Amino acid sequence: MDFNFNEEQSLIQGQVSQFIQRDYDWEKRQELSNSERGFSDENWKQFGELGWLGISISEASGGFGGSSLDTMIIMEEFGKGLVVEPFLETIVLSASIIDEAGSQQQKDEVLNKVIEGNLHLATAFSEPQSRFNLEDVVTTGTKQDDSYVINGFKSVVMNGPAADKFIVSVRTSGSQSDNEGITLFLVDSDQKGVSKRDYSTVDGRKACELTLEDVLVPSDAIIGKEGNGLGLLKESINKGILAVSAEAVGAMEVLYKTTVEYTKTREQFGQAIGKFQVLQHRMVDMFMEYEQAKSLLYMATIKHSEGAKDADKAIAGLKYHIGKAGKFVGQQSVQLHGGMGVTDELNVGHYFKRLTTIGTIFGNSDYHLTKYSKL
Amino acid sequence: MDLNFSEEDISFQSEVRDFLSNDYPDDIKDKQDKRIPLNKDEIIRWQKLLASKGWFAINWPKEYGGTDWSPTKKYILQNELASANAPVLIPFGVNMCGPVIYTFGTEEQKEEHLDKILNSDVWWCQGYSEPGSGSDLASLQTKAEKVDDKYVVNGTKTWTTMAQHADWIFCLVRTETTEIKQEGISFLLIDMKTPGIEVKPIITIDGSHEVNMVYFDNVEVPTSNLIGEEGQGWNIAKFLLMHERSGIAGIAALKRELSRLKEISATIENGNGVLLDDPDFRKKLESTEIELTATEFTELRTLSAMSSGGSPGAESSILKIKGTELQQTISELFIEMLGYYAHPFFEEDKIGTNETVGPDYAAPAMPHYLNYRKVSIYGGSNEIQRNVISKAILGL
Ligand SMILES: Cc1cc2nc3c(=O)[nH]c(=O)nc-3n(C[C@H](O)[C@H](O)[C@H](O)COP(=O)(O)OP(=O)(O)OC[C@H]3O[C@@H](n4cnc5c(N)ncnc54)[C@H](O)[C@@H]3O)c2cc1C
Repeated sequence: MDFNFNEEQSLIQGQVSQFIQRDYDWEKRQELSNSERGFSDENWKQFGELGWLGISISEASGGFGGSSLDTMIIMEEFGKGLVVEPFLETIVLSASIIDEAGSQQQKDEVLNKVIEGNLHLATAFSEPQSRFNLEDVVTTGTKQDDSYVINGFKSVVMNGPAADKFIVSVRTSGSQSDNEGITLFLVDSDQKGVSKRDYSTVDGRKACELTLEDVLVPSDAIIGKEGNGLGLLKESINKGILAVSAEAVGAMEVLYKTTVEYTKTREQFGQAIGKFQVLQHRMVDMFMEYEQAKSLLYMATIKHSEGAKDADKAIAGLKYHIGKAGKFVGQQSVQLHGGMGVTDELNVGHYFKRLTTIGTIFGNSDYHLTKYSKL
Repeated sequence: MDLNFSEEDISFQSEVRDFLSNDYPDDIKDKQDKRIPLNKDEIIRWQKLLASKGWFAINWPKEYGGTDWSPTKKYILQNELASANAPVLIPFGVNMCGPVIYTFGTEEQKEEHLDKILNSDVWWCQGYSEPGSGSDLASLQTKAEKVDDKYVVNGTKTWTTMAQHADWIFCLVRTETTEIKQEGISFLLIDMKTPGIEVKPIITIDGSHEVNMVYFDNVEVPTSNLIGEEGQGWNIAKFLLMHERSGIAGIAALKRELSRLKEISATIENGNGVLLDDPDFRKKLESTEIELTATEFTELRTLSAMSSGGSPGAESSILKIKGTELQQTISELFIEMLGYYAHPFFEEDKIGTNETVGPDYAAPAMPHYLNYRKVSIYGGSNEIQRNVISKAILGL
């Protein structure tokens, strides 16, 4: 048993943490979040130079061959700074799929640029009717000679606005909710027939609605094998869950600490409000939810990185808890700040909003508890 | 024990329903149905329409333009309006300042203000809270110093809801530094146009501008604007808290929103069925419904005690806590129901237009969820309400 980071991991943690403290103060984060692009290309380049973008990509593809543990370390720190750069979308969700299953040509075309910070990706897996069910796909791909014609609609595609390329889940055979017959395609955002409706999301990030209308792609745009997309997608989503859970743990740490500090200094009735026992117990509960979340995060991440048989179950359990804990910690942080907690100016509300979306992304607590009970 | 309405009640109920189907202005109804925030003019227009029916200041005594209705009749009106999702009344004039003026004011003050409140000709806001005084309101520092026939007011009020629209503000101010903090507080009416007042917006996490800071810099207020006596302000504020707490839980609105949740979730696909049939989601709706029913009957029991002469007292704290918890739970269930479509976020003026994405009901849900974090904070936070119950009812 060892829950300590090794030397390399500690080094990365220190680097990311330093970046957030030095280069990512709250005003700056808000400025980036409110900008048209929604994040900083300069920061992104810097992430590339520091080697963070390639950390989880295999050495064969030009990366450092790290595991989900390395991603966890970065994401937990990102959660503390509420970083808006699309590490989750471009690296964790999308580049991993290409690294895992892409053809040599796809890898060459995509991964080097991604690692250097010159290319953005998004994975388009949700549709208006699909809720959290990855296999519920009605976007169709029809084979035409050596090509496919894709028609359909993908909803709330995270990082869609910045994405140069999309990984799209497409039904090439079978019916709406079949596990078989889903194929992942790599589609350029400026390809004919692809249109986007960009917008901001409540957590200060960007997403889009993606319409695919008679998009003609060659069959070598398929990632992996035809009809085998669901497995790849599930693995990518598992990595995504681990990443947002780490982000949530970082965010919860900031929230419980900020709240404790606030209640030590805010005085009402002639004393610090932190002296009221009911608030003390509330903060103890916030703290415990955070600790429990961190424990499940470590457990699930280790299992995943070791390829354990019950990793899926561990991840479902983790996501269940993250939804529940994130909601509690977020809501109570706002509550204990009183009126200040609901202001746009204070960062507390923004952490709360990100925890709220993380609660839903890749499936909410109900969804994952059901999944857990079936595994 | 009797759960039935009298024949008279039932005929009044249909009168209200007729009014709502015939006279509820289409443009306002449309905005309300789409959950688009109303502007000042629309709110005033609606309040004036109710006033023209005699349905606005129903809790006021008849001699001041109110009614002598039974609690049941009042309940029916509020219930029907909320069920139809009619606009919520702005309480500061009609439910707060008005009752203070007709209870504690001089004849001149009644003359000057009551009719204008009845007709919604003057918009009031409430200046109690200060940066340093929220839950501990009695520690407030805004000073009113008597100089000849004027008070000179200096200080800062905060969280002042819709001060940007207000013509007048009713304030708690400190006229004296006393050993017991409560004894130096007075209740003062201030014209917002008086020189030295500055209003600055506070933007909240839902992106809206609902609350403000209000700064007072040597603001001169005629002493004739003092309500009651100097030092009586705290008792007046307490009277207000105890007074008029009926409808505080907003039961009818909660029922309306819960049935909306059911209706919409019955149309949302989820695997092979619809979300309403998802056992987890359904159980949450149903347990919320049971809690809601309990709160409804707690409210009815309180009402009935009042009509036989009791005062609502600390029991109204139960309704505040339970009502706001339900409001927050329901707003949360909307977010759960929407899945990913809870996340796209649009500015207030885009809601209800084709500039949003997802189903029409999606865009207002997240701002509403975020905005409603306030309900457990304001009006005496839910922690403070529990303190009240433990002291006043349980004697702890
Ligand atoms: C949207 C909004 C609109 C508002 N509108 C108005 C308005 O129009 N006019 C107006 O005057 N005010 C208004 N308020 C102010 C509101 O009444 C105060 O926010 C409220 O009284 C809480 O005060 P505070 O924000 O200073 O929090 P604090 O009093 O600092 O409380 C912070 C936390 O400590 C807890 N706490 C405090 N004391 C105790 C205790 N003794 N025991 C246990 N817990 C305790 C509170 O419950 C809260 O969780 C509004 C507030 C909001 C958010």
